[in-house]
Amino acid sequence: MFIINCPYCGERDQTEFSCGGEAHIERPKQPTELSDDQWAEYLFMRKNIKGIQFERWNHIHGCRKWFNVVRDTSNDKIHAVYKMGERPPIK
Amino acid sequence: MKNKYSIFSLIKNALSGHENWQRAWRDPEPKKEYDAIIIGGGGHGLATAYYLAKKHKMTNIAVVEKGWIGGGNTGRNTTIIRSNYLWDASAGLYDHALKIWEGLSQELNYNVMFSQRGVVNLAHNLQDVRDLKRRTHANRLNGIDAVWLNTEEVKKFCPIINTSPSIRYPVLGGTLQRRAGTARHDAVAWGYARGADKMGVDIIQNCEVKGIKRNNDTVEGIETTKGFIKTKKIGVVAAGHSSVIANMAGIRLPLESKPLQALVSEPVKPIIDTVVMSNAVHAYVSQSDKGELVIGAGTDSYVSYTQKGSHNIVEETLRAILELYPIFSRMKMLRQWGGIVDICPDASPIISKTQVKGLYFNCGWGTGGFKATPGSGDLFAHTIANDEPHKLNAAFNLNRFVSGDLVDEHGAAAVAH
Repeated sequence: MFIINCPYCGERDQTEFSCGGEAHIERPKQPTELSDDQWAEYLFMRKNIKGIQFERWNHIHGCRKWFNVVRDTSNDKIHAVYKMGERPPIK
Repeated sequence: MKNKYSIFSLIKNALSGHENWQRAWRDPEPKKEYDAIIIGGGGHGLATAYYLAKKHKMTNIAVVEKGWIGGGNTGRNTTIIRSNYLWDASAGLYDHALKIWEGLSQELNYNVMFSQRGVVNLAHNLQDVRDLKRRTHANRLNGIDAVWLNTEEVKKFCPIINTSPSIRYPVLGGTLQRRAGTARHDAVAWGYARGADKMGVDIIQNCEVKGIKRNNDTVEGIETTKGFIKTKKIGVVAAGHSSVIANMAGIRLPLESKPLQALVSEPVKPIIDTVVMSNAVHAYVSQSDKGELVIGAGTDSYVSYTQKGSHNIVEETLRAILELYPIFSRMKMLRQWGGIVDICPDASPIISKTQVKGLYFNCGWGTGGFKATPGSGDLFAHTIANDEPHKLNAAFNLNRFVSGDLVDEHGAAAVAH
C-alpha cells in the first residue's frame, strides 16, 4: 500500500489505481512472423525484478489514464512517474 | 532410524528430565562439492532432498537456505490441503500429494498433525454452481472424492455459515472434499529436515545464494555467502524469489511475485471443524488446534517482494468473512502477515528441466503450494535424479508456455490466484 503521484491528478492512494504490469513490452510489429518462442517471450516471460522495476499503472478510479511508474519492488518506494510515450527518467 | 520418536523415547526422556533430547538435524558447514544442491529450505525443497536421498540414493546433497528452514512461505500459509482440481494433469499431481499426506506422519516418524476435516468450496451465483458442479464431476472421474452440497446441506455441514437468501452473495451450494483438510506447516518442514538429515543430507541455513556459475549450457556450482560450492545439479525451489535465482542463471520465467496475506484471530473454543473457502467473495477460514481462526486473504495486484501486503485486501476479506459468519463479528485479529508468492499465467506450477543442463526449477505454485509439498518433493526429486520428468509432472514443464499446452487452473486454484 502506497501513494502514487498521478501525472494528471496528483497524489492519490494506490487503491485508486490498477497495475498493468511490466512496462515497455513492445507489441510485435509483425505478429504473423513470430516464432512460438517469440510469442512465449511476448505473452508470458516477465522480468519480475526484485529492485527497480518499470511498470504501467492506470488511474482506474480517477482520470482513467495510463502512465508509467518506476518502483522499487523490494520496498515499494516510487522513484519516478512519467507519461506514456515518454522515455524513462531513470536508467 | 536413530533417535526414533515413540512412547518409549518420551518416557525415557521424561525420566531424565527432558535434558537428553538430541537435536533433530545437524548444522553443518558446506562441503566443497555435492552431487546435487537444492536452493530453498522450505517444505518443497526439504521434501525434494528427502526423496532424493530416500528413493534415488543421492545422499551427498545439500539444501541451502538464506534464512532458517520453514521461515518463508512454509510457515506463512494457511495450511490447507486438498486435491479437487479440474484438469486431469492437476488431479494427478495434487492427489499424488494427498495420498502421501495420508501416511506422512508414520513415514517421517514425525507428527505433521494431518487432519482430514474436509474442505468446502462455496458457490454464490449460478456460474459458480455450474463451475463447481463440473469440477465435482471431473474430480470423481479422476478418482478424487467430491460431493455436491446444496444450501441446506452446507448449513448442516457447517452450521455457523449464514445461508440466508438475503445476503449480498447468498450461498447456493458447495463442493466438499472429505479427504481434504489441514496439517501443521512447521512440522512438515521439520519432519522432512530431520528425515533428510538422518540420511546424510546437509541442511545449510543462513546461506544465501549470490550467483549461479555456468559453463556455457551446463551448471558448475553456486556462489553463496559461505563461499563457492561445486555441483552438477541444482534444483531451485525458491518460491517468490524464483525469478531472482533465474536471473542469476540467465534464464527467463513466466512468473510474477506478489504479496499474499493471512491473519489469525485470538484463540477461542472449537467453533468450526472444517475448512470453508469461497473464491467469489475472497474468503476462507479454518480453526487451528490452538483455537485461532486462520483466515486467508488475497494477493496484491502488483509485483512486490515486501512480505507485507495492503490493508484494503485484508479489509475486503474480513468484510466477506463477516457476511458469511456473523458470529465472528466481535472476534479480534491477533496477527497479520504476508508472504511472496510466485504466480504462473495459468495458475499451475512448473516442475521442470530448463535449457541449462543440470538446472531444474520447481516454482509457480502461487497461492496454493503448501498442499502439494510431499508430491512436489517426490516428483521434483524424480526429475532431478533421472533428468526426466515423472509422468505426473510431465505436463508441468516450462516449455508449455511455448507450445501453448497450458494447464489453466484459475477456477480451482482458489483465492486471487
